[in-house]
Amino acid sequence: MSDPPHIDLRAITKTFGVGDASFQALKGIDLTIHRGEFVAIMGPSGSGKSTLMNVLGCLDTPTTGTYHYEGIAVEKLSADQRSMLRRYALGFIFQGFNLLARTSAMENVELPLLYRGMSKSDRRAKAAAALASVGLATKLSSTPGELSGGQQQRVAIARAIVSQPSTLFADEPTGNLDSLTTRDIIALLTRLNVDRGITVLMVTHDDEVAAYAKRCVVIKDGMIESDQAVKQLSLPV
Amino acid sequence: MIWNAFAIALREISRNMTRAFLTVLGIFIGVASIITMVTLGEGATQAVKEQISSLGSNLLTLRPGSGFGSRGSSAGVPHFTEKDAVALGDQISSIAAIAPVNMASLSTIYGHNARISNVTGTTPIYFQINKWHLAEGRFFTEGDVRSGTAVCVIGNTVRTELFGDADPLGSKIRIGRASVEIIGLLATKGQAGMGDQDDTIIMPLSALQRRLIGKVSANDISQISISAVEGTDSIRLIDEISRIMRARRNLESNQDNDFNVFDTRQIAETLGSTTQLMTMLLTAVAAVSLLVGGIGIMNIMLVSVTERTHEIGIRLAIGASAREVLLQFLVEAMTLSCIGGIVGILLALGLCYGLAQVIKVPFHFNFQINLIAFLFSAAVGVLFGYTPARRAARLNPIDALRHE
Repeated sequence: MSDPPHIDLRAITKTFGVGDASFQALKGIDLTIHRGEFVAIMGPSGSGKSTLMNVLGCLDTPTTGTYHYEGIAVEKLSADQRSMLRRYALGFIFQGFNLLARTSAMENVELPLLYRGMSKSDRRAKAAAALASVGLATKLSSTPGELSGGQQQRVAIARAIVSQPSTLFADEPTGNLDSLTTRDIIALLTRLNVDRGITVLMVTHDDEVAAYAKRCVVIKDGMIESDQAVKQLSLPV
Repeated sequence: MIWNAFAIALREISRNMTRAFLTVLGIFIGVASIITMVTLGEGATQAVKEQISSLGSNLLTLRPGSGFGSRGSSAGVPHFTEKDAVALGDQISSIAAIAPVNMASLSTIYGHNARISNVTGTTPIYFQINKWHLAEGRFFTEGDVRSGTAVCVIGNTVRTELFGDADPLGSKIRIGRASVEIIGLLATKGQAGMGDQDDTIIMPLSALQRRLIGKVSANDISQISISAVEGTDSIRLIDEISRIMRARRNLESNQDNDFNVFDTRQIAETLGSTTQLMTMLLTAVAAVSLLVGGIGIMNIMLVSVTERTHEIGIRLAIGASAREVLLQFLVEAMTLSCIGGIVGILLALGLCYGLAQVIKVPFHFNFQINLIAFLFSAAVGVLFGYTPARRAARLNPIDALRHE
């Protein structure tokens, strides 16, 4: 038997609400993603791209269909087992950053390691290294309120990569950022993909941002409209 | 995992000092008020009971007049005689001791100090009936009564007013127009809701009658003190006393009693149940304040639930399990509740101790009410801290993250 694909979705549907008020956000998605890919998921508002991302990231559960992550049937896992999957294999970056308020950059980045039960000195060292790798070595004790949007997103990226995940999920990571900062963040994601071999899945509605991915999946009305390789732009300097 | 939860919980508390303070405050007020009120209420009940029982056990007082307290009705009513006392003592088996008493307010002088004191003339058994104990010296004897010796024992108030710190034993004071030697000092009894019990001079009945009031007749005593045998039904005893006294005073069947019997135990029971009622009332008030404290905690917890739900979403997204998140919230709620409870207990103890001195009631540490107040407030804190967290932790992480 051959090695299972990194991510394999079969006939995934997701319905919100019940009865007349129900809304089918995903209407049967089949998608296979391999290790080391950098996939942009695009589509207009309400197309279901974020819902798909949440299902992929085990933040939400599909209504029907099968989802295999590295051959593991995710839909059969308990909530706690999905937590373990997120803890050890997945990293997240959100449009709204989702950092803990009144909490220093260092402590935010340490958090995933804390749940891994790592010792304090190890946590500190790894968190400091992760923050340094996103260019925030001098902002260790700053709280989110003291950081700019781009800096906050970089703290979020540091938090996502500090536990060395196999897959990084980014939901509109540049949605709240200006174009200059956007390029920084995309460059960072590209580096993580190329240098560390982390599989990156990124939801965006920005063509320019999507152009940095290796593959672009377009969602419309809960279904995949197109799925094709992208002629990559060169890394922004 | 537990130590992790502790570390995270303590860090979260230190990060939200305002929220923590408000939570603690609610519990703290509830605990402190209920403990203070119940403890002081119990102290007051205790104080009333002690003072009443210091009047004497199973003490009945036979007085002229148709009702107690109404002096007008005793005008023109004949007093008792010593023979009345003897007759009652002989005829009623449930009377343990009986003493004829005459009282007068007389000027008392020692050196340069003078005052009006309550002087009681009676027999030695009176000390036993009224539970007087000696601090120093001796009581007078039956012999003193027979011979009408000019001796007396004095209460603590008389002693301090006339002698200050000096030793009164053996000194002679002038009472009315006679010089009387002090042979004993009574142990103090304190206030009893009906004046200062220690403001008293007690001397042989005969000495009071002959030397101070100038009446040689034994047929003139103002009241009779009676102590009943333990376990006596005081209603029946009062009936018996009334029957004998009516006969001795030749009252027709259509005439009302021209005397009355004052029963200390009944008064004690009435006062005791009144203070108990007060304690219950105070407890109810305190319970309300505990409830209000609880609602305060609930409010602050519910107000922060949006922020905390979001926090739970973040924690779940980065790989915390629902159990770990809940443990963190449980530890947070318990820590705050315990701090509030302990601080509340400490403040309550301080308040009780201080107030007990001020309002002069005994201070007894009531372990039970401390425990109840603590457990209740801790339960409220944990319930309202933990329940919203439990709901949030059961959500899909994305729903918790999106919570607005």
